[in-house]
Amino acid sequence: MSLTIAGESFGSRLILGTGGASSLAALEEAVKASGTELVTVALRRVEAAATMGGGLLDLLDRCGVRLLPNTAGCYTATEAVKVAHLAREAFETPWVKLEVIGDERTLLPDGVELVRAAEELVADGFTVLPYTTDDPILARRLADVGCAAVMPAGAPIGSGLGVTNPHHIALIRQNVEVPVILDAGIGTASDAALAMELGCDGVLLATAVTRAADPARMAAAMRHAVEAGWLAAGAGRIPKRFHALASTPDEGRPDL
Amino acid sequence: MTDVEVVGAGPIGLAIAWRCAQRGMRVRVVDDGRAGAAHAAAGMLSPVAEAYFGEEVLTGLLVESAKRWPAFAAELGDVGYRDDGTLVVALTSDDLAEADRLRAYQASLKLPITAMRPSELRDREPRLSPRIRGGAFAPGDHQVDPRKLVPALRRAAVAAGVTITDEREPAGVTVVAAGCGSAALTGLPVRPVKGQVLRLRAPDPGPPGFRHVIRGYADSRHVYLVPRAGGEVVVGATVEELTDSVVTAGAVLDLLRAAADLVPDIAEYHLVEALAGHRPGTPDNAPILGPLDGRAGVVVATGHHRHGIVLTPITADLIADLVEKGVPDPMLAPFTPARFA
Repeated sequence: MSLTIAGESFGSRLILGTGGASSLAALEEAVKASGTELVTVALRRVEAAATMGGGLLDLLDRCGVRLLPNTAGCYTATEAVKVAHLAREAFETPWVKLEVIGDERTLLPDGVELVRAAEELVADGFTVLPYTTDDPILARRLADVGCAAVMPAGAPIGSGLGVTNPHHIALIRQNVEVPVILDAGIGTASDAALAMELGCDGVLLATAVTRAADPARMAAAMRHAVEAGWLAAGAGRIPKRFHALASTPDEGRPDL
Repeated sequence: MTDVEVVGAGPIGLAIAWRCAQRGMRVRVVDDGRAGAAHAAAGMLSPVAEAYFGEEVLTGLLVESAKRWPAFAAELGDVGYRDDGTLVVALTSDDLAEADRLRAYQASLKLPITAMRPSELRDREPRLSPRIRGGAFAPGDHQVDPRKLVPALRRAAVAAGVTITDEREPAGVTVVAAGCGSAALTGLPVRPVKGQVLRLRAPDPGPPGFRHVIRGYADSRHVYLVPRAGGEVVVGATVEELTDSVVTAGAVLDLLRAAADLVPDIAEYHLVEALAGHRPGTPDNAPILGPLDGRAGVVVATGHHRHGIVLTPITADLIADLVEKGVPDPMLAPFTPARFA
């Protein structure tokens, strides 16, 4: 069941983002209920130095999860590379979730800037997990420059629209050797299960949990959905048929 | 010998001191002279529009305190108390879905809030943008001016016999009402939550062109506009897990863009002030009220986060009760410091 990225294993295939939580207490319950071992945090939204009174980083430390800094809010490769370096120093990890946003309204990635930033960060020794579009060719380019995983969007961040182009997600899975993690767009548990059934190695989500009316309950739902989808993907589903196929066969039935 | 020493001269500390002095206690307030959260606060008394999923117990306290506000304000004189009510306004269909979701939740708690069509909103406030898609009216969500409230509380406290000083001395009971400074004094989880807020002034003398508090969603940006009788409009606020006091261009841009999307006229207003304050936040967004375990004679009244102004009257009443009788009111039970032990 474990997910391996860049040689490191995680017991859970669910990665959680922290944005949108109404309180630290609600977030802590959600992190625990999700079973996640990897949580992504925007460098720009936290301070690495311990703050009096406890904050987000204390919470994550208490939950025993690994921190994945991200470059949310960057619009150019130059800015994203700079933020990634700051994150590596502040959090003492070479892992980075690379986000280079192309547009404020859709928050979709800018593919050209993304590849440039990824190439530079890989050369600098980072373990790069890029948030990308559902374009299979772009995903392959990112893998080719040495990214440790690719993370295609199911739909725009925070939209809750689910996996809007399942075929492309399946193509990406076939196109790259590195782990594929569906990132963004998840609205509810069935979306996460579908992503896993399409062959994804993991799911990254935030809003679907943090802004749910009951975040801990939705986090538990996502935990089960990711597990269910992963199990189903490996269980060899039956083909879809036009007509029924009786589950109890007629052969051998006595003539009465 | 002082009976009660209150550490912190914000609205919470001053109101507690005032109420204790009114009950005949000898009270001293320790003021470090630094501006606290109240200096930045907009002063919305919004138990309804602020009600959020999972925070029902906190909402109950906000509602109870808001009920006490009219009498509390009347005792203090001019604190800018206004009861015109609050309009919730949504710009796009996505914004409206967000506003409707919260309104349905708030209405499910039997709180006074009603959905409004764009024409109904604009009948109440003709200066709202013709582009708005809808919203709601919360008639019981009022406002007060914290920059009038703090001096008024200071005057009332001194008139009731309270001494205000900058040095701590032993006292029978110590009340820690030090906002963000409370963590260092008590070890409780009170952290600074940065908020950037702007103050505008109407270009013409007299009040701004709108009278309701406007809470809005504009292209997924949350913003509020609080009009004061003297012509000021408070526009806020960011919510950031940061300890610095920097005002950023991006925050000003976002706040003004959202505000002008909802009330286009404000582009002509004067930008008089941009500042960053820090709310004393707690893990569950609720205040910490009650005796501090293991520290005899120490009571805390802190961590009011976004709700310090609305919670001032009830905090003062319940903490003065506790200091006088030594027994916490049952209403304090969910807010005990022991929940973070």
